[in-house]
Amino acid sequence: MADVDVRMTVNGVARRSTVPPRLTLADHLRSTCGLTGTHLGCEHGACGACTILVDGDAVRACLMFAVQADDTEITTIEGIADRDGRLSVVQEAFREHHGLQCGFCTPGFVVSVTAFLRDNPDPSDQEIREALSGNLCRCTGYQGIFAAVRAAADALRATDADAGAAARDGSHP
Amino acid sequence: MTAAARYAGARVQRVEDARLLTGHGSFVDDVVRPGMLHAHFVRSPLARGRITGIDVSAALALDGVHAVFTAEDLNPGVREPWYSLVGPKVPDTPRPALAEGEVRFVGDPVALVVAVDRYVAEDAAALVVVDYEPLEPVVDYKTATGSEELVHAAYPGNVAGTMSGRPAEQLAEVFASAAHVVEETIHQQAYQAVPMETRGLIAEYSAHDGGMTIWASTQVPHEVRLFCSRALGLSEHRVRVIMRDTGGGFGQKALPQREDLCVMLAALKVPAAVKWIEDRQENLSSAGQGRHEHGTARLAFDADGTILAAALDHVQDAGAYPVPWPVMTAVVVGMLFPGPYRVPAATFTCTSVFSNTNGRTAYRGPWQYETLAREVLLDVAARGMGIDAVELRRRNLLRHDELPVTNPNGMPYSDISPLETFEHALEILDHESFRREQAAARAAGRYIGVGTSSYVEPTTSGRGFHGTEGATIRIEPSGVVNVYVSGGSSGNSLETTAVQLTADALGVDIGQVNTIQGDTAVTPFGGGTGGSRSGSMIAGAVAETAAGLRERLLAIAAHRLEAAVEDLELADGRAQVRGTPGAGLSLAEIADIAYFDTRKLPPGVPPGLEASGRYQAQSPTIWANATHVCTCEVDVVTGAVTILRYIVSEDCGPMINPNVVEGQIAGGTVQGIGGALLENSVYDEDGNPITSTFVDYLLPTSTEVPVIEYGHVETPGPGPGGYKGVGEGGAIGAPPAVVNAVADALAPFGVTITRLPMTPASIVALLQEAEANQGVRV
Repeated sequence: MADVDVRMTVNGVARRSTVPPRLTLADHLRSTCGLTGTHLGCEHGACGACTILVDGDAVRACLMFAVQADDTEITTIEGIADRDGRLSVVQEAFREHHGLQCGFCTPGFVVSVTAFLRDNPDPSDQEIREALSGNLCRCTGYQGIFAAVRAAADALRATDADAGAAARDGSHP
Repeated sequence: MTAAARYAGARVQRVEDARLLTGHGSFVDDVVRPGMLHAHFVRSPLARGRITGIDVSAALALDGVHAVFTAEDLNPGVREPWYSLVGPKVPDTPRPALAEGEVRFVGDPVALVVAVDRYVAEDAAALVVVDYEPLEPVVDYKTATGSEELVHAAYPGNVAGTMSGRPAEQLAEVFASAAHVVEETIHQQAYQAVPMETRGLIAEYSAHDGGMTIWASTQVPHEVRLFCSRALGLSEHRVRVIMRDTGGGFGQKALPQREDLCVMLAALKVPAAVKWIEDRQENLSSAGQGRHEHGTARLAFDADGTILAAALDHVQDAGAYPVPWPVMTAVVVGMLFPGPYRVPAATFTCTSVFSNTNGRTAYRGPWQYETLAREVLLDVAARGMGIDAVELRRRNLLRHDELPVTNPNGMPYSDISPLETFEHALEILDHESFRREQAAARAAGRYIGVGTSSYVEPTTSGRGFHGTEGATIRIEPSGVVNVYVSGGSSGNSLETTAVQLTADALGVDIGQVNTIQGDTAVTPFGGGTGGSRSGSMIAGAVAETAAGLRERLLAIAAHRLEAAVEDLELADGRAQVRGTPGAGLSLAEIADIAYFDTRKLPPGVPPGLEASGRYQAQSPTIWANATHVCTCEVDVVTGAVTILRYIVSEDCGPMINPNVVEGQIAGGTVQGIGGALLENSVYDEDGNPITSTFVDYLLPTSTEVPVIEYGHVETPGPGPGGYKGVGEGGAIGAPPAVVNAVADALAPFGVTITRLPMTPASIVALLQEAEANQGVRV
């Protein structure tokens, strides 16, 4: 089959490439785009290490072809921190609570949790566990990850509350 | 003079995390080399068969294919492929590069395709035609010794080797006259390390200068270098091994395996770097299994429940191509079977048996079967004697004040606290109130149980390849510090550890210290991650090296300040006159003298601020111990097990970083819980692996793991800081604690659990069997 032109915005940067139809989105991001933070732990959609955001939805980059991501907006782990390297609230919480050891599964967790807390800012402990169940970690026994997600949820809500109060005061958040 | 610890013992944030959290780690598959080629293996679809022909022509004809290698291409290049930990003199088991003549398990590498990318390499692999004459496989190691079929023709009865303790007849009288004797045959299933990053390496050979550079996913970069050097006949200093981030190892990446050897050999024959990244199916079927073993365990007690003797006949599955020599690792099972108890007499046999399955590899506490067998048997014994299992252990566990003591198989225990750690764990649980809760639950038709598991564990070997560790510390001209150690970190935080210890040793802020690890061209030689050695050995290496540098820093400052060395202290990045604020020199000022103003150096002090040192472990082993306590509820209709509480009380000595220690304990414990309840590497009767995806091989997920509670008892071990190893223990202690909790929950049904994993189906089957045998209604 002939190669196919695809356009996507990856971490805010417009990218245009010509790719083989069978190239997975994960391999496209890693090889063509040089974004190696998206990791492949199983290549059959079970481990979650390759989780990225496609138009805001958390998806497994190993289960999509690059051509299926034509005309989408993608965020990978490299797009989660500030451009100056300042960690997001979720990343900071993982660091603070020893939510990672070898770090191989970590990009998938960070991306999944970022989407989860955006959609469910006030989760119960059980909801946190359910939300993490699609991501496998072999090092931490999940203990530090639970603590990190709880702390990140609390921190994000506190930030939102401050921002809300500031907005009501008429001052800038 | 020792530095005041500011960072050792503190929950210091890890220096590894910023890169790993932002996608900027450097795992082996992230490394790209100019013109790099990609390798993929053609593997055997048969458990056993004779190779009658290989046709690579169609594969070679495919666009983008550079080479297809078979055994006749690669295997003649192998020189001395022995492992440093084992040495060249033992009768090691066979380990060819590619399969030669016969394939011996499903997944056995038969040919290696090298192509322009991974997709093309896989296409080409499908075009390699291998003709096989099927042979009857030896699938089940348990019946392999009686089989006429042989996995390796040179091993009659499929026995790789046996080691044993004193003759069992010498204990016959003790067992015959004991008030209580308990015996069970306990089976453990095959389960695996399963690092989230599979194996992989890049090998790049420069024919013009004979140099080989290897980027590896490894726990032990210096062993990869030594192995490559010996196996390929290259000079050690012409081989450079580089690793930055390794995505978990747990023993599986401690030694180069056959695929690694093939890629090294292939690199000699192609004009560019060759990358091989294992896929998950390969990892689950070919990277090695652990734990597959059984044993007949016996304990003799007097009328009061005091242990009189212990005996174990243990048999383990070596698979087709074990790594390393399985006989050496099996004997530890026997020697440690008496565990942390007062046992006057003991013996054992340990036999390793080949099968046509995935080879046995090191896996986190490779000898842990001893703890499983003993702790499960102690609970069976307690139920048989009508004694609470906790009380039975109290009567027999060693107390700290009894040490040192040598166990009856010759293991010299010291610096441990078995009874104290056990009591600490039970205190966290509140054992008495749990028993009341259990009685109330049973009255209400709910089945909850508690199980404990105690072990003593050898860490930090002081011998051979593992016996020393080196460090180089450079205080750079601006006064900042680089510390170089061998590394091999695979999630176990060796960078943070080295930085914490060095900051303390030199009295500087942690932000002033950087560490460089995982490059054999740069760092001192070292033993890497394995055998729970890194904490204690890096502490020793840093202490040894920093001591000389401290002397030089103080000598330079004393000379400059016209003060006596004894009046100076190193703290807060300065050499300071005690009690005289302001009178001192910063490290930057001292470094400036040492590098650029050397006339101000005192006589006899060399220029520069760089030192190397090598630490020799101060004992043959450092013993650690722990008790695990698990409570669970069993649904007697569905067989589902829900863990309610999980407590680990561990004596790993003082902690360098409690976050790291607890992270190691939690990770190991959850692997052990996986082994008790979920994980199972299964073959069908023809020797086909049927659990080679994450849909079939069940790892613990966030929805089934308990919250782990930690207790720390602290008995310093020998060596700087008193640190002990803690990397493996969790995986050793967990399986029997879970088994015992389930068995305790099901005690009213008279169920005895002797097989892992305890799946819902297996629990329901046990209950049905109990009902049939004893008329107990579930």
